[in-house]
Amino acid sequence: MRNYFFRRFIQSLFTIFLIATVTFFMMRSIPGGPFTRERPVPDEIMRALNAKYNLDAPLIVQYFDYMKSLLTFNLGPSFSRVGVSVNKLIGLGFPATAKIGFLAVLLIILVGIPVGIVSALKQNRPVDYFVMFMATLGVTIPNFVIATLYIYLFAGKLGWVPSFGLRTPWAYIGPILALSGYSLSFVARLTRSSMLEVLRQDYIRTARANGLKELSVIGKHAMRNALIPVITYLGPTIALLMTGSFVIERIFAIPGIGRYFVESVSSRDYTVIMGVTVLYASFYVLMIYLVDVLYAMIDPRIRFDKEIP
Amino acid sequence: MKRRKLISLVLVLLGVTTIVSGKGDRDDRDSDFASTLYWNLSSSGPKTIDPALNGATDGGDVISNLYEGLVREQAGVVKPGIAESWEISDDGKTVTFKLRDSLWSDGSRLTAHDFEYSWKRAMDPATASEYSWIWEYTNVVGAQNVAEGKGSLEDVGIKALDDYTLQVELSNPTSYFISLVAFYHFMPVKQSSVEAGPDGIWASDPELAISNGPFKLAEYTIGEGLRMEKNPNYWKADNVKLSAIEVAFIDDLTTAYTAYQAGEFDFLNDVPPSEIPRLTAENPEFYIFPLLGTYYYSFNLDLDMWKDERVRRALTLAIDREKICEIVGGGKIPAAGFVPVGFIDHQGNDFAETAASSGIPTDGSGIEEAKRLLAEAGYPNGEGFPKFTIIYNTSENHQLVAEVVQEMWKTNLGIETDLINQEWAVFQDTRKQGEYEVCRGGWLTDFMDPMGLLAIFQVDNDYNDSHYNNSTFDELVSYANKTVGAEHFEALYEAEKILMTDLPIAPVYYYTEIYLSSPQVKNWTRSVLSALDFSGAYLER
Repeated sequence: MRNYFFRRFIQSLFTIFLIATVTFFMMRSIPGGPFTRERPVPDEIMRALNAKYNLDAPLIVQYFDYMKSLLTFNLGPSFSRVGVSVNKLIGLGFPATAKIGFLAVLLIILVGIPVGIVSALKQNRPVDYFVMFMATLGVTIPNFVIATLYIYLFAGKLGWVPSFGLRTPWAYIGPILALSGYSLSFVARLTRSSMLEVLRQDYIRTARANGLKELSVIGKHAMRNALIPVITYLGPTIALLMTGSFVIERIFAIPGIGRYFVESVSSRDYTVIMGVTVLYASFYVLMIYLVDVLYAMIDPRIRFDKEIP
Repeated sequence: MKRRKLISLVLVLLGVTTIVSGKGDRDDRDSDFASTLYWNLSSSGPKTIDPALNGATDGGDVISNLYEGLVREQAGVVKPGIAESWEISDDGKTVTFKLRDSLWSDGSRLTAHDFEYSWKRAMDPATASEYSWIWEYTNVVGAQNVAEGKGSLEDVGIKALDDYTLQVELSNPTSYFISLVAFYHFMPVKQSSVEAGPDGIWASDPELAISNGPFKLAEYTIGEGLRMEKNPNYWKADNVKLSAIEVAFIDDLTTAYTAYQAGEFDFLNDVPPSEIPRLTAENPEFYIFPLLGTYYYSFNLDLDMWKDERVRRALTLAIDREKICEIVGGGKIPAAGFVPVGFIDHQGNDFAETAASSGIPTDGSGIEEAKRLLAEAGYPNGEGFPKFTIIYNTSENHQLVAEVVQEMWKTNLGIETDLINQEWAVFQDTRKQGEYEVCRGGWLTDFMDPMGLLAIFQVDNDYNDSHYNNSTFDELVSYANKTVGAEHFEALYEAEKILMTDLPIAPVYYYTEIYLSSPQVKNWTRSVLSALDFSGAYLER
């Protein structure tokens, strides 16, 4: 098993490397550059700028230079925030983004999963209908609608929360709700349907026939299997939520890194594009890796090495 | 087992509370609330606030409150700044500024040498300022050569004769030179400060930033906001009533507007487009100012389809500009020519209003003539005229304008068009390569002279996207660049007339900008070059 995880680890590193490479060449192939301006920058200045940011070297040399500095976690200087390094940009923005993301993930796990289970156990009863109605709403209403409506109502009309930023604990509620809305609803639905399927399995009937307590049947036998699809979904979702959302951060004016995913592309801020992409990719790959580990722990059927009988 | 779960739950909750309660109120509105202005810049934060490096209006708004140039321009009036007075020699080629005794925010003395340093730094290619092209229009001896990497800083005609005298040599008399030096690019920076934080980073570091304006930088958080505090060493500090300005970087206009309504902001640089009609109609806190810029469509003159002048005129006249402004909102001014309103000529008249007689109608009154011209050119009711494409950069506003123009050309002339939008950087590439038939253009000038606009249609200008080539026009603009007063303006009037006869572009409207200012904010002003100025503002809370 250790061997398997080591192999997976190497594969993960290779995946990140591949993503970085593809992103590097893709972003350089689109027209325009970091110094594209309405009024063209004079040739002499353009030369000076290109030399300063090492953009005058052949592309392949730039690629190797970038990869080399990436190995030392040096993400280079930002083009659009003059004099600020990408490391600093991410260092400044990531805490706010990660806080919101972490709390959203917590909400999804602590509310989404239990609600889904209750709903499955009370199938076709009013509780179930209510939960599924809310979950459908949550999946279909886009997050920016939730966010805008929330600000309009609770900040604008009622004045209960500040209209922007993260200045008080109350200010966290809106961004967390808007960020987790879709995934929370999706997890509730997923847990419910997967639970319902597991409950129909023979081994559950056997467990019940053997006189096990209901709590033990659900909690120990049914849950472990029912949660596998949920965990599969949660892994990448955690990576997504922890690296922020452009829309949510913009609407709630949160100084996070979510905005850079979009801003950096339109301003052709190459180093920031690479920085946030590599960060997200690493997070994503790490979560998938962790999901694999969790599989082994939760699902009694998943074993990676041959067991000695 | 149960206890362990309980403990972990408690730990998680504790974690949540610590995370959430991390940072306290940034602006706990304490005693200085009464004299602190809360202002949203309506951008995600300026790229830089180094005066020489900045090229954007959000940076300019901040810089004009932190720094003071030789002169300060407020609402079109040029007032003495660090320069007490100035003299222009009889031949108009030597300008001598007499500086007042003034201090930097750190208490050190500000001298003419600081200006010499700052200006030479701004034009030096090693500084790599995107705005160094402006030196071409200053006519300062040798400056353009330096900016283009061809000359030496030694040969530049800027010299501090002593601590309080700055002498500038111009290659030609330049009528707008004095007002030009009010622009942020010409504001002084302190050498020791600049050298302590390369690439302009010193300017946004409260530890390093030293300025000489009404306020000084107290805090700066990337992506969040900045705080300026009154600079007690400002030469006119007695006139500065605000103790501090809290600037937020919120680019979501709806969020900022909600915060304004909740009393969290006193001043907004922009409002959501959907609110503009209502605010214009009923809110006295809403301000619209003309900007020195024009929105237009370029015809690609390299293409045969635009060779006939009558076709270009027909398309230009078939646009009802008043209707477009009504649809777009925000108080845009229908364009009667290329030079927008706001420039005053040698006789004290508005340039655009005087030139309007040779311009184009702003309403639909030219449509009949348009039809006639198109028929004369061989395309009655648009028959036989090739279908073409209008390209614009992706934005709701540009799309709206393009759709209206498309409809007007179809109904009024029977000409069919397609619309294509491109992402900004791609669009600029397309336009530069000349791979278009009709494309959107817009130009704002940075100095108080119609030259700033007309010069872009000189044949070798980088921004001449129509590839317009008229030697008489070029000569007139070049002549205007060397002259002052009546000669200068008469040449420009003539140039504008030629441009409006040849019509390499179809002007649409003159830009405006909008502000929302709480009635509590008094006595704020702006320069016509669009920098906000809170140096004399105060609050009535």
